[in-house]
Amino acid sequence: MIRAVIVMNTQGKPRLLKFYEFQPPEKQKELMRSVLAVLSGRPDNVSNFVEADAIFGPGTRLVYKHLATLYFIFVFDNSENELAMLDLIQVFVETMDRCFKNVCELDIVFNFNKMHAIVDEIIFGGQVLETSSEQVMKAVEEIARLEKSSNSISFVPKAVSGRFGR
Amino acid sequence: MEQLKTIGRELAMGSQGGAWAGQSKEFLDLVKSIGEARSKAEEDRIILREIESLRRRIAEPDVPRRRMKDYIIRLVYAEMLGHDASFGYIHAVKMTHDDSLPLKRTGYLAVTLFLNDDHDLIILIINTIQKDLRSDNYLVVCAALTAACKLINEETIPAVLPQVVDLLAHPKETVRKKAVMTLHRFYQRSPASVSHLISNFRKRLCDSDPGVMGATLCPLFDLITEDVNSYKDLVASFASILKQVAERKLPKTYDYHQMPAPFIQIKLLKILALLGSGDKQASGQVYNVLSDLFRKCETSSNIGNAVLYECICCVSSIYPNVKLMDAAIEATSKFLKACPSDSHNLKYMGIDALGRLIKINPDIAEEHQLAVIDCLEDPDDTLKRKTFELLYKMTKSSNVEVIVERMIDYLISIDDNHYKADIASRCVELAEQFAPSNQWFIQTMNKVFEHAGDLVNSRVAHNLMRLIAEGFGEDDEGADSQLRSSAVDSYLRILGEPKLPSLFLQVICWVLGEYGTADGKYTAAYIIGKLCDVTEAHLCNDTVKAYAISAIMKICAFEIAAGRKVEMLPECQSFLDELSASHSTDLQQRAYELQALLCLDSQAAGNVMPLDASCEDVEIDKDLSFLINFVQQSIEKGANPYLPESERLGMSGVSNFSSPYQQEASSHSLRFEAYELPKPSSIPVIPQPFISTSTTDLVLVPDTTYYRENNQASKLIVGPEASSADAGIKLRLDGVQKKWGKPTYSSSSSITTSVEKTTNGVVAHQDGIRSHSRDTTYDSRRQQPEVSVEKQRLAASLFGASASKTEKKATMAQKAPKGNSTNAEKSSVVRSVSPGTSKDKTAPPPDLLDFGEPVPTSAPTIDPFKELEGLIEPASALGPLYNTVKTGGDKAQDLMALHMDTPPSVSRTSLSLASEGTYSTDKSSYTEKPMIAVKKGPNLQDALHKDATARQVGVTPTGNNPNLFRDLLG
Repeated sequence: MIRAVIVMNTQGKPRLLKFYEFQPPEKQKELMRSVLAVLSGRPDNVSNFVEADAIFGPGTRLVYKHLATLYFIFVFDNSENELAMLDLIQVFVETMDRCFKNVCELDIVFNFNKMHAIVDEIIFGGQVLETSSEQVMKAVEEIARLEKSSNSISFVPKAVSGRFGR
Repeated sequence: MEQLKTIGRELAMGSQGGAWAGQSKEFLDLVKSIGEARSKAEEDRIILREIESLRRRIAEPDVPRRRMKDYIIRLVYAEMLGHDASFGYIHAVKMTHDDSLPLKRTGYLAVTLFLNDDHDLIILIINTIQKDLRSDNYLVVCAALTAACKLINEETIPAVLPQVVDLLAHPKETVRKKAVMTLHRFYQRSPASVSHLISNFRKRLCDSDPGVMGATLCPLFDLITEDVNSYKDLVASFASILKQVAERKLPKTYDYHQMPAPFIQIKLLKILALLGSGDKQASGQVYNVLSDLFRKCETSSNIGNAVLYECICCVSSIYPNVKLMDAAIEATSKFLKACPSDSHNLKYMGIDALGRLIKINPDIAEEHQLAVIDCLEDPDDTLKRKTFELLYKMTKSSNVEVIVERMIDYLISIDDNHYKADIASRCVELAEQFAPSNQWFIQTMNKVFEHAGDLVNSRVAHNLMRLIAEGFGEDDEGADSQLRSSAVDSYLRILGEPKLPSLFLQVICWVLGEYGTADGKYTAAYIIGKLCDVTEAHLCNDTVKAYAISAIMKICAFEIAAGRKVEMLPECQSFLDELSASHSTDLQQRAYELQALLCLDSQAAGNVMPLDASCEDVEIDKDLSFLINFVQQSIEKGANPYLPESERLGMSGVSNFSSPYQQEASSHSLRFEAYELPKPSSIPVIPQPFISTSTTDLVLVPDTTYYRENNQASKLIVGPEASSADAGIKLRLDGVQKKWGKPTYSSSSSITTSVEKTTNGVVAHQDGIRSHSRDTTYDSRRQQPEVSVEKQRLAASLFGASASKTEKKATMAQKAPKGNSTNAEKSSVVRSVSPGTSKDKTAPPPDLLDFGEPVPTSAPTIDPFKELEGLIEPASALGPLYNTVKTGGDKAQDLMALHMDTPPSVSRTSLSLASEGTYSTDKSSYTEKPMIAVKKGPNLQDALHKDATARQVGVTPTGNNPNLFRDLLG
């Protein structure tokens, strides 16, 4: 299964973190650091695969893609195929590109909840859910549309919030 | 500037983006200020300020919901940057209760990111999830499923399980898909809780929607991994699904880069690989579709290659088929010969595929030898590691030397401890499995120790010691002693290194103690001086010190036994004094033992420390029958008879001998054995005669019978711990206990630096390696002009088995006479691998693995020099020793000859206890008086006599011990 989806910039600032097995914030920070250390040490024009068992435990590998200022990283175990994961990153990036027209780092920073929605449509509970960026786009747009239509209510102050105070 | 511009763009987008992009101004400001932060500290300050203000504002009553959403998003952001936002968790949980979809989704997003599945707040969400799973709005259902996937733990699965199962029949295929996957997740969490629902996965395999079918493959893959046999009936279905997919029977929307549903294909291939493994009948059903796939897969796209690779994996896993193997080999070679554009990824896959295929047919590697060697020298670390993995898999006795050599080079070049340990353990494993000669094994181990140091498992050190002690086993003893003296030589040389890992120092001390003076080449004083240097020069821990003092003791004993007088060197004396005052009772004990031993006459010393007897079995008189007389006498004199532990319970603190530590050491469960084994009460046992084996190191101390069984049961840790525990009670040194048990590691950092100093031959040699770029480690001085030839030779030595094998034998035989110096030996061992090497020194053909010490004869000539250099230091420090040292130096001059002439010494095998896994090396048991260490005393009676002698000789026991002793006697 896929263990984590990480987007971070080349300075190591996380832009999107999604761990399919819970990691506390401190641990996440530490993992970020080790991943960055590994990736920044790799020259260009080498393979996109890194064995990550020193970081994420035995049998894990990561596939990364370096685009502009960002690293897109998928961490997974040996039930996945490296080349396929590389293409999944491609799907993810393509989808974002469709979403934002020429995606850049800032799009991701400002819309990271949308990023999460996209990732959720591609990967579900650590398994690949959808690999067509078109389909993912459709789903995301559908969500956006429905949310917008229900948006009008959201301006109503929430008088009943006390009800949940149990 | 650039950034500001984009932010401007972003703001513009935000205004048009509606609900999605419409983050608040404050959030944008936050992101912007973080983006502009000059330092990490500044960033932290900004975030902390933000968190503070959020903490205040989020707690205000009646926050508008829209605003609350913004707060939550900011919290998520803060937590992503690594700051604690736990105060906001409850608000995120509340938000999931909201009716509005965007808020609910934000709430779910936040809780899935914030909470672990055992967080206390989960209980507040379960109700909402239940409700949402029944919602009419499929998006709400999807959000709830996503949350359930992440947040529901084993205990709460039953609460939502019925709803999830209902959703398997939801009209929307997205929901069905997600429901299947949620169920899969539940299965991963707790297989038992959904075991009755597993049939649902089979059912969903026939779902009308291919996407749902694809989703079921994930749980089925897991299930089949667990239990292949229950799913054999599905082989035909899977094969036909794969066939249909490959024939583009699925809707166009499932195509990806012109490949029909590649992810489904990959999953199916993985499943078929599992099902077909070792099953001829099942495999037969797959052959057709596989050969179709091989034909259809286009290799131009990444995903096409992914499927192709999966086909290869499948072929290598199922029952072999010649035609498919050929196709797989062809595909693999395409990967390996990939054009440069994407080449690294494909080469990586190719190497991996090759590793799988050679399991079936080892010969296919030969065809790709040059490609493999290219990968080995690739700048890409991942590829290199993968290639080492491949080499590891294809190691045979014919190429082990080359491969291990390369691995060690790589080991030296990396500084990641994890991989260092990994490679080191592989080196060790290969060396142990395929070592062509013991000498080579020792050299290899030395190198591994030097460079990987304390990352190496201590078991390896013991194996090495045992090998040196046991020698060749069946061969003549001359070879054994030669092996030993070459080991001694190499260790004396290595000792010049500035920093050595403590494990390696232990080995060195042990070998020097056992065999340092065995061949008479080095004087006792010289070796003792070296050993004292060890403890001074290297900041060593107590374990190493214990090894060193034991080694000194052995040498002294050998000297005394041979009738020579042992002069106490001042440095040795000061070392001894230091240890006598040590905090560690272990060291203290050893120091006193040594002092006692020095007063013995030659016969006694010889008995205490028999020469070269480390391989003798220690006979254990479990019943301590030799004590019967003594006990009888004591009882007659009025001593209380021995009471078994159980009868003594509750008496006094002194009475419970080993129990507390026993339990502690053997950890998890209560152990009863220790109590169950009192001697038959007719033989009262007094816990006096513990036999100390402080010297032997490899032999488990045969303590009294109480916990003998225990030791065996709980192997290595318990043994020594227990023995020291026992002593600990008698010595009332409870606080010190832990130190004895676990050796500490002191010099792990030594690895990198140790290479750099050149003190002697070996190191100069390795420096050579270092200075070359790590890719071209071979003897590039000579080889540069003919790289391709070099590669071919390496290839030949790696892959061409038969030719080099015979060659090696020849050179091995020839190597023997000059095998004394490490250097010469190393190069010759290495040399032996490459085919076509002539034994003629004057014109050695290009040798791939000779690291730049081309002339073997140079090694012996250098060595004595270095040796002398090393000698001058101690010599100048110690006036009286000068003479002996000098002779030592002279001897070193013709060490070759000496080695040849050394009388064969006995080497017998079976350090039986050590090989059982009980490494009690650094511990010895304690007696209540400082007494003689009986090395491998075959007879405990002797030991007792000696003990008595020691006391007569006037060794004063430490203060309170005799009292205790009396206590015990009553």
